[in-house]
Amino acid sequence: MIEVKNISKSFGETPVLKDVSAIFEKGKVNFIIGRSGSGKSVLTKCIVGLLEPDSGHVFFDGRDFTAMSRKERKEVRKEIGMLFQGGALFDSMTIAENIKFPLKMFSDMDEESMSSRVRDCLSRVELEGQEDKYPAELSGGMQKRVGIARAISLNPKYLFCDEPNSGLDPQTAIVIDKLILDITNEYGMTTVVVSHDMNSVIEASDTIHFIHGGEIAFKGDNAEMMVSDSQTLNDFIYASKLMQKLRDNSSSNSNEV
Amino acid sequence: MYLSDVGIIFNIGRYTRFISTVLHKPEKGKIFRRQLVREMSIIGVESVGIVALLSVFMGAVMCLQTAHQVSGWIPVYTIGFTVRQTMILEFSPTLIPVILAGKIGSNIASQLGTMRVTEQIDALEIMGVNSAGFLVLPKIVAGFICIPALVVMSMVLGISSGAAVALISGVSSMADFEDGLQVDFVSYDVVYAIIKTTVFALIMTSVSAYHGYFTSGGAIEVAKSSTKAVVYSVVIIMLTNLILTKLLLT
Repeated sequence: MIEVKNISKSFGETPVLKDVSAIFEKGKVNFIIGRSGSGKSVLTKCIVGLLEPDSGHVFFDGRDFTAMSRKERKEVRKEIGMLFQGGALFDSMTIAENIKFPLKMFSDMDEESMSSRVRDCLSRVELEGQEDKYPAELSGGMQKRVGIARAISLNPKYLFCDEPNSGLDPQTAIVIDKLILDITNEYGMTTVVVSHDMNSVIEASDTIHFIHGGEIAFKGDNAEMMVSDSQTLNDFIYASKLMQKLRDNSSSNSNEV
Repeated sequence: MYLSDVGIIFNIGRYTRFISTVLHKPEKGKIFRRQLVREMSIIGVESVGIVALLSVFMGAVMCLQTAHQVSGWIPVYTIGFTVRQTMILEFSPTLIPVILAGKIGSNIASQLGTMRVTEQIDALEIMGVNSAGFLVLPKIVAGFICIPALVVMSMVLGISSGAAVALISGVSSMADFEDGLQVDFVSYDVVYAIIKTTVFALIMTSVSAYHGYFTSGGAIEVAKSSTKAVVYSVVIIMLTNLILTKLLLT
């Protein structure tokens, strides 16, 4: 479980996060949603330590990450896997070398065990036989899947996914959503997904935190989100014509019944 | 001008912290050694051609220009003397690093800048890797090893080409040229040149890495970082050259 307590963060005179508190539960896919510029990526970067919050605390299973030294943080970070928006694969390395990298740095596995682990991870994301290719030779969706394979290579306790579906077609996005959901359940990880893709939220979320103007404007699950009377949340959810139509159809069906 | 549009104090402070982060024991010796070999290939081996070319032509031109001045009371051995002094004291230890700052500096800054904007550096940090140390230390160590070696090679090639041109063009006999090479030779000059070069190697690799590592934005910012890396490296090398010359030679 990851607990965020009273996090605030400003850039210059501009406050981006205002006293944000949230709990991301173990074994669940916890979504952070919000408009572009709402502060969701900044919150994620504060949680994983890429940005230092101005105030507040982040606890990983009760361990105060914000109060830790660099050395102590390093130990926690070995338990974190992260899928970046653009994949962030090391472009000078092959797919196998990318996945092996955390194993080489932080495990005592021999070469054969590492190769076996690489095959397992690639098989888990359905990319068998791609070991010797370079990231540039793969499609966007395949790169995301390699990113997931690299993120889970050390069996992390916490998985962060930053906009996992950005730039992907709807079918590939569904594959990625399902993969994130499956590996979260399989490994019992605490997964945090930053997204503004409502399809993903509906497909894969267990809990949802909606950020608006640097504050948590809604906490709940899918069902609660759909019936929320929060105007800002409804404006966000039903911004697309497709979602508006779904809502209209749903309300006309319920009126008929 | 770059120096005026940024906070110099801020950059000096951040550079100092950056270097203190870089200078940590590598997490895995085997991985560090592999990276070091790769960086030595990029910084050293891939620079041999350009350094050799420049040194050969510089030695040759220096020989002919000095020969042009030699007349009347100026002895012929001055040709060998001038070629030697120019190559050992200034061309090889200063101008070669300046040229390499353009080649190697832009390479380092653009590589790290691209890694930053594509979140590869963030990925290393998230994994718990000291990204600055992991990426930059092999480059600095490779610079320390390769750049002085390239400079020594430049001295040898420059003087050799000067001798060859003197002989072929007939401006000096080999005996006169050799006399010039030996007259008033102070071996400390070579030590001074190596000290300068080693300092310049640290400047060009670390300053370029600093600009690349702290890139933010996209392709335009990567290009700007690359330009800044070269400009700052050259300016700092020139200032340091003045200071070191004052300290070590006078």
